Amino acid sequence: MTRGNGRRALVLHLAVLLALLILQVFLPPFHHGMVARIMVLATYAIGYNLLLGYAGLMSLGHAMFFATGVYGAGLMVYHLDLGPAAAFLVGIAASTLVAAAVGLLTLRTTGVAFLIVTMMFAQVFYLSTLLFSRITGGDQGLVLTGHLQPLRLGGLKLALADPGVKYNVALATLAACLLVNLWLVRSPAGRVLVAIRENEERTRMLGYNTAAYRLLALIASGAIAGTAGAVYALLFSYVGSTFASILYSIYPLLWVLLGGAGTTVGPLIGAGLMAYIVDAASGLTSSYLLVVGLALVVLVMKFPAGLAGALRARWWRWLP
Amino acid sequence: MAAIGPLLQTEALHKAFGGLQAVQGVDLRVDPGEIRAIIGPNGAGKTTLVGMISGRVRPTSGRVLFDGRDITAAPAHARVALGIVSTFQLTNIYGNLSVYANVALAVQRRRLRSAFDILRPDDPLLAGEVQSALEEVGLPTAWDLPAGVLPHGHQRLLEMAMALALRPQLLILDEPTQGLDPDESAALTALIRRIADRVTVLLVEHNLEVVLGLSHRITVMDRGSIIAEGTPGEIEANPDVQRVYLGQ
Repeated sequence: MTRGNGRRALVLHLAVLLALLILQVFLPPFHHGMVARIMVLATYAIGYNLLLGYAGLMSLGHAMFFATGVYGAGLMVYHLDLGPAAAFLVGIAASTLVAAAVGLLTLRTTGVAFLIVTMMFAQVFYLSTLLFSRITGGDQGLVLTGHLQPLRLGGLKLALADPGVKYNVALATLAACLLVNLWLVRSPAGRVLVAIRENEERTRMLGYNTAAYRLLALIASGAIAGTAGAVYALLFSYVGSTFASILYSIYPLLWVLLGGAGTTVGPLIGAGLMAYIVDAASGLTSSYLLVVGLALVVLVMKFPAGLAGALRARWWRWLP
Repeated sequence: MAAIGPLLQTEALHKAFGGLQAVQGVDLRVDPGEIRAIIGPNGAGKTTLVGMISGRVRPTSGRVLFDGRDITAAPAHARVALGIVSTFQLTNIYGNLSVYANVALAVQRRRLRSAFDILRPDDPLLAGEVQSALEEVGLPTAWDLPAGVLPHGHQRLLEMAMALALRPQLLILDEPTQGLDPDESAALTALIRRIADRVTVLLVEHNLEVVLGLSHRITVMDRGSIIAEGTPGEIEANPDVQRVYLGQ
């Protein structure tokens, strides 16, 4: 939060996106698919980080917003044979609405209470997806293959199952959310969110309606998480209650803490690194979660502010 | 008809914390352009009273009028928009944010006109206003430093810069010289005197030297009520005040 440096930050973000665009030419098929998946999950993490890293609210219920995007898009495709673009919009709209409603109820609390209350709501949501398994497919889930029409862009027909299409749709989603997030956190509103994180009472006494700003942050965070969820369902042709489970609330927390909470590139770094640590560990041993856990402990001890946080503290003070 | 009404008025303002009557039936009237001090022994209800004026504390009963409008029900953040700005007994800044960001938060709040402004990028005028607010209070130019590393006296000045950047009509200063050395205290007093031609100041202060030298009128509180009010000369001569405040 210093003066100027706007151009440098924008250039860095565009360079990262450009690198990802070029990378697809060189990636072998396995990594090609893996990076596509990472980009969608990183988008989810960007949404989570907006709330945790900037507004200072730790949620354990974001799976609810992610899964609302997954189901919002996926169920439209499966039951109503909606096209991917329309289903995508339904997913975003649904998650935005859920975030607004949940925000109005849960933002009466902060700190640990907020964590618990969001977790409770998400558990209710998760159990509902099991209860209404005739619609949702429960924990078996629903495979969208056969229902999913190709994405029409102008005269183009793109099959979302095609690896190249998958990669570039994921990249476009990441790019849009990364840049929207960058713009948000560098706007006056972003400065207010950081101020609320640092000292809410002071911010109120500077004349800011902090309750309204926190709600705004939660809605934006939920909408980005839902965007990621909708894209995930469409690209990987599957919806299931796993995405609503507590695990999917914990993942973004880990990615963001690993990559650096309150940094714009941290979520991408965290999601990417974690995916590759898991991959490397599961190649070594069947108890790979143990290795993952140890790696996380070491990284968090070495870089308590996350990797991007450490970069900012040591060299790149301008990193937003 | 030419009479100018008070800028701030409280009517029978009352605050009870459980059984403790912190403020009882206070009628306060502050005219525009005044420097008004509120003094009194610890526990007299001064901070509670200014808290009800700034909106941090909800009154149990009574009314607060600002510029003729009843603002008793207005939340604290809305009162700032009306022009009531406070600094705090304990220095209250964003220690982890840069000096620049601290003041920018105040400047951008004042410049917000519509809800859409919060998503617009900073306009170039913002930096200029931050600069003039910091220059006005005489802060040296280490603006990229985290505010928390500044010495205490400079943090106080930073808080003043934040308050002034909001361009208040009424500035409430709760013990502004607390913890300052005599030089810093004198500099702050001079600053308050300098800004008083455009801001009405309500000052809660323990340091009698500061109060007597600075204020136009003084209100003395004891056990939740106003016991005297007058010019510094009148207050010094008042036997009641000498008894409760200056010691028996």
